Amino acid sequence: MTQLTPTTAPPPLPATAETIERTVAATRRRRGVAGWFRGDGPHILVFLLPLLFSFILFSWKPIVDAAVMAFQHTNLIAPAEWVGWENFATVLSDPLLGKAVVNTLWFAALALLLGYPIPLVVAVLMSEVRRARGLYSALAYLPVIVPPVVGALLWKFFYDASPNGVFNTIAAWFGAGPFPWLQDQATAMPSIVLFATWSAAGGTIIIYLAALVGVAPELYDAAEVDGAGVWRKVWHVTIPQLRGVLLITFILQIIGTAQVFLEPFLLTAGGPANSTTTVLMLIYKYAFQNSLGGDYGAATALSLMLAVVLAIFSAIYFRLTRSWSTS
Amino acid sequence: MSGVIGADAPAEPQAAPAQRRERPQAEDRGILSVADWRRGRVRLTTRLTHLILLLSLVVVGLGPILWLAKSAVTPTQDTLRQPLALWPNGIDWANLAEAWTRVEIDKYFLNTVIIALGVWLVQVVVATTAGYALSVLRPRYGKIIVGLVLATLFVPSIVLLVPLYLTIVQPPLLGQSLINTFWAVWLPAGANAFNVLLVMRFFDSLPREVFEAARMDGAGPYRLFWSIVVPMSRPIIGVVSVFAVIAAWKDFLWPMLVLKDPAMQPLSVRLPQLQQFIELDVFLAALAIATVIPIALFLVFQRLFLNGASLGGAVKG
Repeated sequence: MTQLTPTTAPPPLPATAETIERTVAATRRRRGVAGWFRGDGPHILVFLLPLLFSFILFSWKPIVDAAVMAFQHTNLIAPAEWVGWENFATVLSDPLLGKAVVNTLWFAALALLLGYPIPLVVAVLMSEVRRARGLYSALAYLPVIVPPVVGALLWKFFYDASPNGVFNTIAAWFGAGPFPWLQDQATAMPSIVLFATWSAAGGTIIIYLAALVGVAPELYDAAEVDGAGVWRKVWHVTIPQLRGVLLITFILQIIGTAQVFLEPFLLTAGGPANSTTTVLMLIYKYAFQNSLGGDYGAATALSLMLAVVLAIFSAIYFRLTRSWSTS
Repeated sequence: MSGVIGADAPAEPQAAPAQRRERPQAEDRGILSVADWRRGRVRLTTRLTHLILLLSLVVVGLGPILWLAKSAVTPTQDTLRQPLALWPNGIDWANLAEAWTRVEIDKYFLNTVIIALGVWLVQVVVATTAGYALSVLRPRYGKIIVGLVLATLFVPSIVLLVPLYLTIVQPPLLGQSLINTFWAVWLPAGANAFNVLLVMRFFDSLPREVFEAARMDGAGPYRLFWSIVVPMSRPIIGVVSVFAVIAAWKDFLWPMLVLKDPAMQPLSVRLPQLQQFIELDVFLAALAIATVIPIALFLVFQRLFLNGASLGGAVKG
């Protein structure tokens, strides 16, 4: 009732659509609490109820909880107890942490090396396919559809280290191997990344394909007028035109690989000799594989630290690349 | 309005030239120009590259799946000794039946279906009602809620893992743990910001005149939702549905944490454990069974996936 602002009072104009709208808006604003009940107010809340219920309980509250729990000892039996930075100290003094961080970085580096260029090259080649392009994309996307658990268990069998293993049989055709794949500290992580790339590349290819279709043909025409051959067109037109998408897939891949769990969990369970234990596996271990009961505080502390590192990384990255990203 | 066009509607403006370019005549061009295509050497190289690409995609993309299909009906000894041979000692159809009945894959399959359907229902209800309230009814405080929903996209999911687990163990108000109930998987699935944004974008693109006309004719907010907005939003509900079912089918870590009772577990959680005590051929048959539904969904809704992924990318961007 306090919102009788004279500025919005409708001037005596002919009733154009605009003035009517303004009048309606003004009356609506003036209606206040009683009007809210008479109008759509309560009904809107009814429709918002599912959203509020699920987001408050399963998104917003857990996010707040995470920030709180990192500074508490919680074991679900005794009431939670404030412990300051102790959880962080526990995590940071864990000898496994350094190993897990290095492993995760190694995973990320390998995933970039393999998983970043392959979809780009495939998508660029695919964008020139004139007939049955749908077949190409369907084939490329198939591995994304295979449930990751099935994929991992299947590849675990493919990675059988004996000479009769599937991959070793294929390697033998070319006179190579047998390789130890998952059994050896040196090859375990690359093997996991190979599987991860197989199962995820299709999604990235589809994203790149969509972006490639959006490249204006005039740019190629112009490049040709300037005498550019095929390779120079790819290098000077296609890739620069994709840079917006490339920047985003880069950061998404980093954020994704930082949270890798299923692949090492199912393929190697972190072994051999912790050579594939990632940060998320460590979080899982703190919370759910602890014989003394879950150390939820340490697990949340570590996940918060990882989230903060990722946020800082993304912020720096976007700051650095802002100048040369699209618009 | 066909499903696919409808699904494209809320995508980035970037997609617009894409559609324009799909249509027109022969001078529709990519990196290679018409002149390039006329040059014999370029054409030959391109054709050859595409052939190699196709073959590699068949081997890499389809190969493992075909191998799985083959091995599902191959005796264990053959798979172990000659993994790449085609049935050196005949086909063993019994694997599939044994996996389905004796290993009780039927039970876990049913669990997976129940989980997927529940997740689907929760996600569709949350996304459509929220999209309707925020994009069509537009309360004044709507922007705050949209902002809070958007903000959750920037929180990595691992931060939620432990607190969400504890929420399920000790849910507020309920006083009873949800562990080992399907609710533990169904309910948290609703808090999907991506779905809400997708549906909101679609609702924003619907013509508002239709809503106003329905209002003039005396339709209340519920009638407007059920008789006008829901039927009009079938394409986007389709997109949300397919992705909800596929995601639920794939999910592993969360159901593993909250469904400890093997009788409740879906295939994804059960399969790694089954591996330890069933024979290889039956195990591979079980893996094949677990893959059938997602592949079938993909084949039926292929265009949705192959356009939908780009739509997802557009939203993420």
